[in-house]
Amino acid sequence: MNKLILILIFLLMPSINALASSGGNLKPAHTNIRSLESLRNGAKYYMNYCSACHSLKYQRYSRMAKDLELSEEEVMENLVFTGAKFTDHMTMTMDMEDSNKWFGKTPPDLTVIAKARGNDWLYAYLKGFYKDPTRPSGWNNTVFEGASMPNVMWQLQGIQEAHFEEHTDDNGIVSHSFNEFTLLKEGSMSEEEFDATVLDIVNFLDYTAEPAKLIRLAYAPWVMLFLVIFTFLAYLLKKNYFKDIH
Amino acid sequence: MENSTNKSGLMGWLDSRMPITKVWKEHMAEYYAPSNFNFWYFFGSLAILVLVNQIITGVWLTMHYKADAAQAFGVIEYIMRDVPWGWLIRYLHTTGASAFFIVIYLHMFRGLMYGSYKNPREIVWVLGMVLYLALMAEAFMGYVLPWGNMSYWGAKVITQLFGVIPFVGDTLLEWIRGDYLISDATLNRFFALHVVLIPIILLVLVFLHIVALHAVGSNNPDGIDIKKNKDENGVPKDGIAFHPYYTVKDLFGVGMFLLIFLFIVFVKPDLGGLFLEHDNFVPANPMVTPEHIKPVWYFTPFYAMLKAVPDPLGGMIIMFAAIIMLFFLPWLDRSEVKSIRYRLLPFKLALSAFVLSFVTLGWLGMQSGSTIQGYMSVICTVVYFLYFVFLFFYTKNEKHKPIPERLTH
Repeated sequence: MNKLILILIFLLMPSINALASSGGNLKPAHTNIRSLESLRNGAKYYMNYCSACHSLKYQRYSRMAKDLELSEEEVMENLVFTGAKFTDHMTMTMDMEDSNKWFGKTPPDLTVIAKARGNDWLYAYLKGFYKDPTRPSGWNNTVFEGASMPNVMWQLQGIQEAHFEEHTDDNGIVSHSFNEFTLLKEGSMSEEEFDATVLDIVNFLDYTAEPAKLIRLAYAPWVMLFLVIFTFLAYLLKKNYFKDIH
Repeated sequence: MENSTNKSGLMGWLDSRMPITKVWKEHMAEYYAPSNFNFWYFFGSLAILVLVNQIITGVWLTMHYKADAAQAFGVIEYIMRDVPWGWLIRYLHTTGASAFFIVIYLHMFRGLMYGSYKNPREIVWVLGMVLYLALMAEAFMGYVLPWGNMSYWGAKVITQLFGVIPFVGDTLLEWIRGDYLISDATLNRFFALHVVLIPIILLVLVFLHIVALHAVGSNNPDGIDIKKNKDENGVPKDGIAFHPYYTVKDLFGVGMFLLIFLFIVFVKPDLGGLFLEHDNFVPANPMVTPEHIKPVWYFTPFYAMLKAVPDPLGGMIIMFAAIIMLFFLPWLDRSEVKSIRYRLLPFKLALSAFVLSFVTLGWLGMQSGSTIQGYMSVICTVVYFLYFVFLFFYTKNEKHKPIPERLTH
């Protein structure tokens, strides 16, 4: 009976997860926070393409350097575009008032965006820009319709056009669902290269959302190992005490 | 003197001034608990473990937290990044909050199954229910402190419940919030209540819960009184000393619990948005409503009941009635048998339907609410309340299996 309940709890764990994270039908983004190479590449592209408008105001350059195993010189020379000091938080270059004027609102801080939106969403969003002349920026997004953000990586990705399917339901209400992209203009990267780059950026944002993830995942197996031994010894002790009871 | 134990030395000196040995004997070494405690009897001691965890991690969080609407969101990130081991302290606290409710729900279910609320344990049960209410208040106010957008809107929706009370609603609402809307004033008072007043209430109630329990003795899976069969020394024949038997057994329970608990803390602390919700990683913003406002999972059964009733005041009455009904269980259940082991199929089916409706309501409370889900919420709410009606009438002349004289293990 008791074992059965425990087995049930363990079997239920994945379904609890599925229940909690069901966020539409986004393709899973297979990021690997342990890949330093991916994180460094993500940091490089983030700083070059995103950091002008989006701050990472809870993340320090120095912490990033430590976790990504980069030297102070490497960070200061290649990744700091503001007058920031090594131990400063990664604030944006753009002025808040300007950004408000240009985009209608200040682009959000992205330190913990991976926690708020999820990696899958970010991955689909960054790949989901298409040309839409009806929008002020000339861009729209399949994941976040009416986004104010333009496709900042169009030179890498190229320019996409989105095709939608029209559905009419029983009540005569017309809806559109995204079908596919076609490339209007080639970018400097192939599709595979671009996907890999976006994945690295998402991986980097997953890291900035929780730098401690690197530490806790490293500790996890040791904590579990200790507990397995502890619980086994506690079980033997209990068994020994109870041998005359039943 | 009554307290003296003929001991010399330090213990003798202490015992003649304070009943240390006496209390130890009464509540541990010579507190005789039934020898057949099973899986379901781990959750009482685990609740104490989680409470201690919440208090210790809570104190350490308080050392770094700032109850200030302009700083609260950022200070959580500061704790997660710049405070040594801050991430671990915070995750132990956030996971501990959910673990507290899991443990308490299982602890309460044990009471329903084995009739632990019945005579002579009515006060134990009622104190437990007051504890549950205090725990809900504690969790709700704690959830507001990170000042994320779900903190803000959750606080707004929950406090609004008091606003629908006729005549005094508006005044009450303003009194609770300390402002016309959820603001820095609200955050500050919730912080004060969360870290000072409610923890004190919880500790006092836990103390009283145990005092009341030890006065009448623990129930057991057979639901029979072990004090009817005592040996020549006055020790129940089916009783074993709480210490060392159950301290050692609970140590094993603690190990099993920590395996699951710390796995979540170290591997998946947000549990896919269930323990730490996605929308709470967006700073509080009075201008932007989250796509889908919902409380954390442990409140969702009641939230589903609230949404099942179209009228706000009616919904609130139903929601609070759902909790109040539990207080009356000791008197609604008029059966002479306690444990589910000796009750017949109708009781087992009714209890299963009750639990199933509660769990389904929990799921429904997390959903955005389609028409079908709306109907399901109504059905489950009705089933939930029917359990109490059924119990009252069914148990008047309940037929049951023969109850044994001694524990069956």
